[in-house]
Amino acid sequence: MKIEIIAYGIAKDIINGPSLSMDIVEALDVGTVRKILLSNYPALKGLASLQLAVNEEYVSDDFVLKENDEVVIIPPVSGG
Amino acid sequence: MTLSKEELIRYNRQIILPGFGTEGQLKLKASKVLIVGAGGLGSPNLQYLTGAGIGTVGIIDFDEISLTNLQRQVLFDTVDVGESKAAVAAAKLEKLNPETAFQVYNEQLSAANAMDIIGGYDLVIDGSDNLPTRYLVNDACVFLGKPLLYGAIFRYEGQLSVFNLLHEDGARGPNYRDLFPSPPPPEMVTSCSEGGVFGALAGIIGAMQANEAIKILAGLGKTLSGKLLLFDSHDFSTRILNLKVNTDNPVSGNNPSIFSLIDYEAFCAGPVTSKPEEGALSATQLKGLMDAGTPPYLLDVREVHEFEIAHINGVNIPLSELNERILEIPSDQSIVVHCRSGVRSKKAIDLLKDKGFNHLKNLEGGLLAWQKAIDPSLEVY
Repeated sequence: MKIEIIAYGIAKDIINGPSLSMDIVEALDVGTVRKILLSNYPALKGLASLQLAVNEEYVSDDFVLKENDEVVIIPPVSGG
Repeated sequence: MTLSKEELIRYNRQIILPGFGTEGQLKLKASKVLIVGAGGLGSPNLQYLTGAGIGTVGIIDFDEISLTNLQRQVLFDTVDVGESKAAVAAAKLEKLNPETAFQVYNEQLSAANAMDIIGGYDLVIDGSDNLPTRYLVNDACVFLGKPLLYGAIFRYEGQLSVFNLLHEDGARGPNYRDLFPSPPPPEMVTSCSEGGVFGALAGIIGAMQANEAIKILAGLGKTLSGKLLLFDSHDFSTRILNLKVNTDNPVSGNNPSIFSLIDYEAFCAGPVTSKPEEGALSATQLKGLMDAGTPPYLLDVREVHEFEIAHINGVNIPLSELNERILEIPSDQSIVVHCRSGVRSKKAIDLLKDKGFNHLKNLEGGLLAWQKAIDPSLEVY
C-alpha cells in the first residue's frame, strides 16, 4: 500500500524534497517505516529521536499505518 | 485603572470589536509582556503589542543591528546599523505609543538571569534564534507558570504554538519539551544566518504570535494551545498538528527530574563537548602557517556571491559544486577548508574525507573568526 512521507526543515534536504511516496506492506507500524527511512537516508540518523506524526497526530512507534497515511517529520528549527 | 479620552480614540478600532470592549483594553493596559529577541520575529511582535496598548513591554536582546537584519527586521532603519537592537527598538516604539512603558535588557538571557527577568512578566514571546535559548525560555516559563508564545522560522517555513497555557480545568497545555523532548545534534539545527530566511515569513509568524498573545491577555477566542501550526510559505501549505502533554516530560511530567534551570548550551551541544574539535584550526594558527611560508591549500566553500563580498584569497569552490569539481583540488597538499562560520566547511571536510582526501583542517569559526582575530577590516555579513 502507498503512504506519503512529508518532510519539514532540514529533513527536506535529506529526502531531497518536501515529500516522498513509499510503497509498504499492509499493517506496517511507524517504527518500521522509521527504520526503512534511516536505512535509505542515513543522514536522518541525527533526527532519529524525533517523534513522528501521522496525519494530524503525533504517534508512538507501534502506531499501525493505513493506506494514504501521511507520516510527517518535523525537526526543530531555531531561527527567529 | 481607567482609559483616557486619547486612549479610547487610539484603541477605538479594537475596542469596538465584538467581545473586546474597554474591558479587553484595560486587561492589555494592565499586562506585562517580555519579548525575547528583537529580531525577525521580535520586530512584528514589538510593533503590534505596542500598538495594541500592552502596559509594559520588556525587550531583551544583546545583539547589534546588522545590514543583513534589515531584509526582515523592518522595525530598524539603515542608519541604525551597529546600534543596540533593544535600545533602538524601545526608542522607535516609544514614538509609536507613548502610553506603553518599555523595559530594555541589553544582555543575553541566561540561566543566571532568566527567572528574575521572566518572573516580572505575565506572558513571554519567544523570538530567539537558537535552541539553547528556546529550551531555557521554555523551562523558565514552566517553572514560573507563564504562558509562552512559541514561533520559529527557517528558510520558507514557520512553526507556531502556545505553550504552558493555563486551561479552564486548571491543567497546563503542552510545552516545548513535549514537542521536542531532546535536541538533535547542532548540525541538524540550521540558523537563519546559515540557512537563510524569507523576510515576509518572519512578519507572518511574528504577527501570529502577537495575535495569539493579545487574545490570551484580553481573554478572547480559542488559542493554538495544544496544537502546532506548520506553515510552508514556499508552497503555501499549512498543517495543524495536535500536541499531547508527555507524562515523562522532565520539567512538567508526572515525575519531573529537573527543578531548576540547567546549562542549556551543554544540553544542546550533545554528548561530546569541551574537547577541541579534531582537525580544527584557529584563525591565529592559520595566519601562523601563512606567515611561516608554508601556506596550505586554502579552500573557500562559500557561494560565489559571498566570496564577492569578502575573501581571504582562498580557492572558491562552493559546497554545492564540490562533488563535481573535486578534481580541481590537489590530493598531495595539506588543505584548510573555510566558510563563513565553520558549519559548511565541516560538511565539505566530511565529503572530501569520503573521497579519500587526507590532511584536512577546518578553519574554526570561519571568516567571522578570521575577521575578529586577524583582519577587522574584512567585510563580514
